[in-house]
Order: sequence, then structure tokens, then C-alpha cells
Amino acid sequence: MNVLEVSDLKKHYPIHAGLLRREVGRVRAVDGVSFHIAQGETLALVGESGCGKTTVSRCILRALAPTSGSIRFDPGQGETVDLATLPKRALRPLRRHLQMIFQDPYSSLNPRMMVGDIIAEPLRVNGVPAAERHARVLELLDLVQMPAVARTRFPHAFSGGQRQRIGIARALALNPRLVVADEPVSALDVSVQAQIINLLLDLQDRLKLSMLFVAHDLSVVRHVSDRVAVMYVGRIVEVAPTDALYRTPRHPYTETLLAAVPAPDPMRRGRQMKASGDVADPAKPPPGCAFHPRCPYAQDRCRVERPELTEVAPGRWASCHRAQEIELAGVA
Amino acid sequence: MVERTSLAVRDLAVHFEMEQGTVRALEGVSFDLHAGRTLGIVGESGCGKSVTARSILRIVDRPGRIVGGQALLDPGTAEEADLIAMDPESRRMRGIRGGRIGLIFQEPMTALSVHYTVGNQIIEAVRAHNDLSKAAARDRAIELLREVGIPRPELRIDAYPFQLSGGLRQRVGIAMALAGDPDIVIADEPTTALDVTTQAQVLDLLRRLQREKNIALMLITHDMGVIAEMCDEVAVMYLGRVVEYAPVADLFTTSRHPYTRALLRAVPSILATPRQRLATIGGAVPHPGARPSGCAFHPRCSDFMPGRCDAASPAPLRPGEAGASCFLEAQP
Ligand SMILES: Nc1ncnc2c1ncn2[C@@H]1O[C@H](COP(=O)(O)OP(=O)(O)OP(=O)(O)O)[C@@H](O)[C@H]1O
Ligand SMILES: Nc1ncnc2c1ncn2[C@@H]1O[C@H](COP(=O)(O)OP(=O)(O)OP(=O)(O)O)[C@@H](O)[C@H]1O
Ligand code: SF4
Ligand SMILES: [Mg+2]
Ligand SMILES: [Mg+2]
Repeated sequence: MNVLEVSDLKKHYPIHAGLLRREVGRVRAVDGVSFHIAQGETLALVGESGCGKTTVSRCILRALAPTSGSIRFDPGQGETVDLATLPKRALRPLRRHLQMIFQDPYSSLNPRMMVGDIIAEPLRVNGVPAAERHARVLELLDLVQMPAVARTRFPHAFSGGQRQRIGIARALALNPRLVVADEPVSALDVSVQAQIINLLLDLQDRLKLSMLFVAHDLSVVRHVSDRVAVMYVGRIVEVAPTDALYRTPRHPYTETLLAAVPAPDPMRRGRQMKASGDVADPAKPPPGCAFHPRCPYAQDRCRVERPELTEVAPGRWASCHRAQEIELAGVA
Repeated sequence: MVERTSLAVRDLAVHFEMEQGTVRALEGVSFDLHAGRTLGIVGESGCGKSVTARSILRIVDRPGRIVGGQALLDPGTAEEADLIAMDPESRRMRGIRGGRIGLIFQEPMTALSVHYTVGNQIIEAVRAHNDLSKAAARDRAIELLREVGIPRPELRIDAYPFQLSGGLRQRVGIAMALAGDPDIVIADEPTTALDVTTQAQVLDLLRRLQREKNIALMLITHDMGVIAEMCDEVAVMYLGRVVEYAPVADLFTTSRHPYTRALLRAVPSILATPRQRLATIGGAVPHPGARPSGCAFHPRCSDFMPGRCDAASPAPLRPGEAGASCFLEAQP
């Protein structure tokens, strides 16, 4: 059963110029993205800066209105809704099922509220009585491995990692159907990051969380996700179960990304491969396969004909004309 | 061949006098930089990596104060000079800063102004350290841009920084650092803000320039992958001290300090198995204003020996010798 089914999602920003502010072009920030997230599954969205990861997640949360496409969401009451087209008013009751974990644990918590009230806020807004709220806050603090006394203290008394736990507790307060986490550990230091990664793994097991995990750190993603979707200039170029994607990538861009990550092992030194060229501009994506100017395997066809995302093996999708004929290197 | 020691840092101590008390940001840091070699400096946020770099260049922010130690340029030669003894505003120090010693920042925009073209800024840097005409300095600037792998430098030289991608900007930052033809380069998290693909290019560039110019490189990072990929020797810092120093291969296979071992186990790996948990280090880095007694790592250490580790400080490392500052090591 799928909690979320995104199809052909687009988010374009018009570019205006001249005295009359005429539209002269469009930034194709997200340009036809489709994927699903099954109940209990964590899907990671990865890719270089500017490829559209945050734009996708903000469309799902409807912090942005999509240009087109559908976002079918199952709030768990038998019927799915299309978040892409739902009027704002109809969205409100759905908010509790869709929660967000933020990147920055410093700016995302109200400094004037006690931690207990921060965590209870979504409960209060949704009419949970005070007595139940209290019990639930204690339960949530325990869930994120924070002491009960944290309840009566203010955010400034806590470290970055502890604040991130508080943010996670708040996101989980209403047992959401889907959690969207945009770079939830990238602002954290190594030792704290390890604690939060373990916490997320625990929560996935215990609560069967469904999660969209946006990240640019491919090492972190390998630890926490069940499947990975790789984005390049507004489109998904590959989707696969995590281990398969890392071991045997099927899209040259995935290979390029993986090869660029330096492994924490000096014996593997020098294997790091450098990709040529810069990320394409989503205002002027190259014709054909957008990756072709950087792709070591590009042929004439790649420069004119855009490859579609197709199933190249059971459960594995890639958008590359040559996906079936080239052998790509992964990281074992 | 005996390698030339370019810089010897000895017992460097830096304090920040704050309202809440004295923050001992550095408490006796020692290490050597050798021509043609790369020393990695690694450790969690706040351990003093940047303060170390800034002290050598004599640009410590207020209210920071160097309270002891030396930074000897060309130690043991007739030209030996202690940077710590110099007036930071003196002509000599200004000549060394950006001249003999180049600095590369995490965010290239710290070194670049938004108001001037890339060319103007590099030309100025070139002329600050070389007696060249404007025209000759411009030629040199174009050459520098070409050296750092910027395509079509004759055109790019007239671009403003905001017109360049993050990767190109960092290349400009490196070109700036090279403008005075330094033989020592201090790079403070030069790739932390970059995508992995761009990081791979920039690391490759640093490696190539170092080889060509026999530069002594001090590479600050918190990324163990970057350490494994780039460094010859590594200094691990914790709360203002070097707690372990080792050749890079030994650091990863036979690290001697419990903190190093814990740190290595906590790092997410591109080689992880699905849902692999990380070993965590208990607690968090204490604030340097509240340094624990004895070995500052003892409250988090799995090898903690009560009555010993919390009673006295383990002997500091002897510069240039591999080892750990820990009571598990033989004490003098
Ligand atoms: N309001 C806007 N107007 C025009 N372009 C925009 C706007 N917001 C985002 N973009 C562009 O859309 C593209 C996608 O941005 P997005 O923030 O989704 O990328 P991302 O993958 O999350 O990147 P990062 O890893 O840096 O967070 C970028 O090229 C960005 O410049
Ligand atoms: N401007 C300042 N004012 C007060 N204290 C400072 C200042 N700059 C640094 N410090 C203190 O010095 C310590 C070391 O800081 P430093 O910037 O060197 O850390 P770092 O190892 O570079 O960390 P990061 O990985 O976050 O860059 C900090 O913990 C901080 O307490
Ligand atoms: S000295 Fe003791 S407390 Fe410190 S790191 Fe070594 S074993 Fe741990
Ligand atoms: Mg983003
Ligand atoms: Mg720093």
C-alpha cells in the first residue's frame, strides 16, 4: 500500500525581464517527477545542489503550489486525496498526517516556548485534551530518548542534537502518515549525527514510519533509506532499492555521484573519480538527456532525444538510452 | 631526503575572554608542516581547528587573544621567524599573510567581495605580493585562473563572483590564495560547502597544485573521507588540544586515542550495509568554557579509568611523533 504517489510533478518559476516584465523563460526547478512511497518505507531523494529536492518536498507539503502533476496521498481513512490540487481550506485537516523535520534545529523551535509546549503544540491545535497531551509528551520525549524534565525547559538549554530530537518528537506527536525530512542531519556534528541517524532507524522499526528523506550526503542515505531516487536538473534519473543502487548503479549520473564520494579508507585512495563540468542550469536544461554534456557514455542520440524513466530490472528504474548496454561501477 | 619543515607550531594557546569567563579555545597545540606534504586537522565543531589556522595568520577574531606559543616559519634555519611574536598589522606579517602563507576559506565569498570583478580582486592580490605593472598583474591573474582549471579565463576574469557557480567560486578562492605564490597553504574546510562532484574536482586541484609547487598543505576538515583521500599525516583535535597524531594509514587501521576510534566508528560510510547503525559517542562535546578535569575526553570515553583520567591530564604529544595523549599510552 502506498502512502504517497507523485506523478509528473512540475514546478516552474517564470523568469521576467524588460520594462513590461514579460515572461522570457522558465526555471524548470521540478520538471516531471514521479515516485511513490510505500507504507513503512523511507525513500531518499538525492542529487546535487539545485536539482530540485527541496522544491519537491515543499510541493508535497503544499508550502508551494505545483505547476502541474498530481500528488496522491493516503491519509489512512480509505480514500486518497490529490495534494496538488486541493484548496488550502481542505488541506488543513490533512496537515496532521503530513509532518516535517527541519534541517536547522536552531531556527525551527520557538525560543519562547517550553519544550513540552512545543511538542504539545500540534496536539493542542488538533483538540487533544490537556491531560492526554501531558501523557503523550512524556511518551514522545521517551521515544526520542530525552529526559522527562526537558519538558519544562526552553530550547536554548539544549544542544543541536537535543533540539533535533525535540523537533522529531513534535513531528511525530500526531502519528503522521508521512514525515518529510529535508536534510535533517546535515547541520549536525559527526557524533550527534550518528545519534540522530540511529534514532531515525529505531523510529522506522518501532513506528513503521513512512518518510521522504531529502539529503545530499550519500553516506548518510545508505544508512537510513530503503530506496533512493536520484534527481538531476528537476527530473528523477534513477530509482532503486538502496543497496542495489550503490552496488550496481544503472544511470551514469548515479555512477558519477558515487565515484565522487571519498571513502573513509586510505587504502581506497585515488579511486575517487572526478566528474567533468558543472550542473546544468534548470532555466536552460540541455536538449536530449540533460546529463549528456557531463556523461562519459554520451552518444549522438543522447544529445537530441530525451530518455524516459523506464523499468530496467524489476523494481529498478533509470532514464538513460544506454542503461541496458553499459556496465557501470558502484561501491561495494 | 630530509623534508623541509616549513612551519612549526609550538604550544599555541588562545583564550577568549567572555562575560561568562575565559574560553580556552586552544591549550597548547603543536605540529609541523612539511614542504610537499599534507597535514589533516580533524575534530568536531568547536575543537579549535579554525582558531588554529587564524592564529598562524594572526587574524584571530576579538575577543580572542594568543596567550602563548610560537609559530615558527622556516624553523631551524637562519631565517627562522616567529609569527606569534610579530605585530599582526606589521608590513612583514601582511606580506606573509597571503604571500608565504595562502588561506582558503570554506565559503569563498568570505575572501571575495561582491562589488568587484573576480579579476580586480585577483589582480589586487597579485600586486600586493609582487612588484608588477597592472597589465602584467592581469596576465598573471589570467594565468592563475587557468591554473586552477577555470575554462576561458580571459572571459571569466571580468565576471562578478555571483555570476559563478559554487565550484568556480571556490576555484577563484584558491587562485586568490595562490596569488602571492605561497609555499604554505592553509585550507579551512575548503570543500564543505560544495557538492561531492565539485569537491572531487577541488581536491584534485589542490593535490595537483601541491605536487607542482611543493606546497606544505594544512587541510582542515571534519570529513574522514577527505582525510583518507588527501592527507599524509593527521592531527586529531579535541577541545583545544591535539589528542592524536598519526600517519594517515595508521590512523584508520590502528588509531591509538579512544576519541579517534569513537569518531571513526561514528562516521556514516558510503560502504554501509542497509540500515546499519552507527556506534555513537556518549554525550556531546562540552563547551570549552567548561572543560572537564583531567583528560577532557574522560566523561565520554569508553576506556575511562576513574581516579586517573579525571585526576590529571595525560602527557601532551611530542610534535612530529605519532602517538596519543592518553593514559593508555606509556607516560613519561
Ligand atoms: N523562487 C524561485 N524562483 C526561481 N527559481 C527558484 C526559486 N526557488 C528555487 N529555484 C530554483 O529551483 C532549483 C531547485 O531548487 P531546490 O531548492 O529545490 O534545490 P535543492 O535540490 O533542494 O538544492 P540544495 O541541495 O542546494 O538544497 C534551483 O535551481 C533554484 O535556483
Ligand atoms: N569569535 C569568537 N568568540 C568567542 N569564542 C570563540 C570565537 N571564535 C571561536 N571561539 C571559541 O573557540 C572554540 C574553537 O572554535 P573554532 O572556530 O576554532 O572551532 P572549529 O574546530 O573550527 O569548529 P567548526 O568545525 O565548527 O568550524 C569554539 O568552541 C569557541 O568557543
Ligand atoms: S586518558 Fe583516559 S579518559 Fe582520556 S581518552 Fe585516554 S582513556 Fe579516555
Ligand atoms: Mg534543498
Ligand atoms: Mg572552523
